[in-house]
Amino acid sequence: MNRTPISTHVILICGAIFMTLPVWVAFATSTHSAETILRDGLQFWPGGHFIETYNEVLFVAGGVMKKVTAMEMLKNSLILGIGFAVGKVIISMLAAYAIVYFRFRLAVPLFWVIFMTLLLPLEVRIIPSYKVVADLGMLDTRAGLIIPLIASATGTFFFRQFFKSVPDELLEAARLDGATAWGFFKDILVPLSKTMIAAILIIMFVVGWNQYLWPLIMTTKEENYTLVIGIKQIYQVLNEGGELPQFQKAFALTILATLPPVMVVLVFQKWFVKGLVESEK
Amino acid sequence: MSGVKLKGVRKVYPNGAEAIRGVDMDIKSGEMIVFVGPSGCGKSTLLRMVAGLEGISGGDISIGDRVINDVSPSERDVAMVFQNYALYPHMSVRGNMSYGLQNRKMPKAEIDQKVTDAAKMLKIDAYLDRQPNELSGGQRQRVAMGRAIVRDPQVFLFDEPLSNLDAKLRVQMRIEIKKLQRRMNVTSIYVTHDQTEAMTLADRLAVINNGLVEQMGAPMELYTDPKTLFVASFIGAPQINLIPVKFDGSTLNCGSLKLSGFSGLPENTELVLGVRPDVLAPNNAGQFKMRVDLVEQHGGENLVYGALDGVTNDDGDELEICMKAGKDMLPDLDSNLTLNFDPSTAFVFRKDTGERLI
Amino acid sequence: MKRVQFEHSPIPYLFIAPQIIIIVIFFLWPAGQAVYQSFLLEDAFGLSSKFVWFRNYSDTIFSAAWLQAFGFTIIFSTIVTFLSLGLALLLAVKANEVIRGASTYKTMLMWAYAIAPPVAGLMGNLMFNPLIGDMYVFMNSLGFDFDHKLDAYDASFVVILISVWKQVSVNFIFFLSGLQGIPKGVQEAAVLDCKSSFRRFWTITFPLLAPTTFFLMVINITYAFFDTFGIIDTTTQGAPGGATTTLVFKVFQDGFRGADIGGSSAQSVVLMLLVLGLTVIQFRFIEKKVHY
Repeated sequence: MNRTPISTHVILICGAIFMTLPVWVAFATSTHSAETILRDGLQFWPGGHFIETYNEVLFVAGGVMKKVTAMEMLKNSLILGIGFAVGKVIISMLAAYAIVYFRFRLAVPLFWVIFMTLLLPLEVRIIPSYKVVADLGMLDTRAGLIIPLIASATGTFFFRQFFKSVPDELLEAARLDGATAWGFFKDILVPLSKTMIAAILIIMFVVGWNQYLWPLIMTTKEENYTLVIGIKQIYQVLNEGGELPQFQKAFALTILATLPPVMVVLVFQKWFVKGLVESEK
Repeated sequence: MSGVKLKGVRKVYPNGAEAIRGVDMDIKSGEMIVFVGPSGCGKSTLLRMVAGLEGISGGDISIGDRVINDVSPSERDVAMVFQNYALYPHMSVRGNMSYGLQNRKMPKAEIDQKVTDAAKMLKIDAYLDRQPNELSGGQRQRVAMGRAIVRDPQVFLFDEPLSNLDAKLRVQMRIEIKKLQRRMNVTSIYVTHDQTEAMTLADRLAVINNGLVEQMGAPMELYTDPKTLFVASFIGAPQINLIPVKFDGSTLNCGSLKLSGFSGLPENTELVLGVRPDVLAPNNAGQFKMRVDLVEQHGGENLVYGALDGVTNDDGDELEICMKAGKDMLPDLDSNLTLNFDPSTAFVFRKDTGERLI
Repeated sequence: MKRVQFEHSPIPYLFIAPQIIIIVIFFLWPAGQAVYQSFLLEDAFGLSSKFVWFRNYSDTIFSAAWLQAFGFTIIFSTIVTFLSLGLALLLAVKANEVIRGASTYKTMLMWAYAIAPPVAGLMGNLMFNPLIGDMYVFMNSLGFDFDHKLDAYDASFVVILISVWKQVSVNFIFFLSGLQGIPKGVQEAAVLDCKSSFRRFWTITFPLLAPTTFFLMVINITYAFFDTFGIIDTTTQGAPGGATTTLVFKVFQDGFRGADIGGSSAQSVVLMLLVLGLTVIQFRFIEKKVHY
């Protein structure tokens, strides 16, 4: 076979630049002082203010009400991301197990109930969802943030697909060995699903971390903001604030909001792609 | 009609591994050449170099008068039948067979004619409008061949096409391929690791080992006159009996075994004696004894396996040999048979180079 | 379903209960509420409500603002889907051909999946910012009188650009995986049968990618309809004059900003039906043709 032509590399390089340049510029610009930015515009090379700016953003309270630091928002985002991922995996695995391995009367209708959630994205039930959470007194709580998000069908479908591919013989052998339903699940199915669980955890962490609309409407106190919501605050400050626009802080916040999920994706790339691709129904 | 010439052909991979280390070959027009050898010997690589699916690191390959080193695969006028059939899953049988011709801008009427003719020849005309996933393995195999046939190429290339079929189908298809090739008289290169396929299909056979052609010739020639130990042990089923021996000037010795009837061999060198199972016969005046371990009854003939008396191999175990005999030869297990063979039918090889001395 | 299953027992209900309970409380009940509220008209103070049948629906659907949002959503989704699919396909095909540097390219093209739409939106917003944004300067230097705060087309351009940018990664991942799923033998047979790699791509590779493409189309349309909310909210906010308002953004606007619960709920229901309809169409008519 021939060597790859130059045009292929050119196209790929253009694509790579297109995809990475914005973030690089965001990072580089974040390391300069506000004055530099205002004077010269976006920066392509890192400046000298990295520590100063990030320190300020992380530890000095900002925001409209000046009540929360990026560090706290980072913590909130982490809790959301991890809580969401773990919650989703648990709920979905349990439900998928029931659907795949049991024959029970309500199996089909319940399956459709779960499937229907795919047709009911949050945006479509946003206002009443808010009301339900408010009525339950769960506004501004971690539970209220995480729980309503975790029951959508995507996770269940992942695991359903995966469980279906597990050989029947495994269950037959386990039953001959006297395993109970819970025992089979705990001792055999879960360990078997380790890679799948890892992949789903990674994807769902990213999804949870990146949640926007729901946290936006149900956190009213600044201390509970996630990083991604903090972004919105910057937007508002930028447009309405009278002070010198602190662009470097704005960029710094976007970098902070981007970094953890991107790191997770890059480090666990293999598992991530595997899990993402195996979701193809 | 064209022959295929290979001159000093070499293939080196980017990591330095040499897959083909200098192959010369002159394939005549209309010949069916079979490349045979163990896994990893390079036979498929060589075939794919003729097809253009692998690049050529050194040397020349010509089809007819044309050196095709730098010619793209679709312009070499070769057609290939793949091991996994490689049918286009989204096209019907007709579509699969027409695709190559459509790309060559052949008029539709002509394409249809060729496809119908080929389909009839291969008895797949009833399936022309089916999809590949609706066909059995054998049917898919025929479609793969049909796709090659309609191209009417100068060279047919077969890459282990029968490996994925069950045993009975394999025998049937083997015969059909041979008949087809004769009829169409197209130069063909066929790759297989199955020595029976090789022996039965080839006009000439090339035994390939480690990137080199050890021997090339008519099947029977390789059977009766192998040039190297490798060829002798690769060709022939059941495998030739090999006994490590040393020559002391008058007899070949191994353990307590002494065989006479040999001369002109170097002394004090490690040699290997090769005796085919079919030249062994029970004879009370025989030169050696065998303790019977197993008798396989194959219907028309029997294979008697046993341990050679007085001999151990390099690991200190008994040396197993095999004798081919008629269906009435049914010795008891653990009985001793005295065997003999005509020394002129045996081969003696040097152990170090594998070169055949006698 | 599996051949081997456990017999009747309360256990499956226990396993499936957590998910079902959450779904009932946080999915079905609110969805039902949304439908119910769409039939109500609340007074200005939210103290009483009147049952008005389908008036919310007719008020909404025939309003200029909603129609504008509907039109924009359709056009926006189409453009974003096609552009991001096209770009991603091109990149995936090239990435599949390359040997040296393959993993570097792939990493650099994949990572944007992890960035949140609003974050991408804000980054893009800053890059188009008249004060500091190079993109702003760049567009003006090309001769466009570029002002995305005032001009509807410019605003749409910004939103489309950012939306496409983010989505290319996901499509790239799936296309690449789909390409690698095509059996090597089939590709080689095609090389022998067809000289032009361009023709080979369209007659062999692309048809065999159809299941992936179909799947991605569904994902992309969902993305364009819903996930782009984050992008719009941190860039144009639907301005100028509703030119970049998608249907979902309007639901949010009317419901949370405008306090028009009834109208917003009606819009939600309509949106849901729209997506449902689109999904049904896609599955009914395209899915069958796409699997081999």
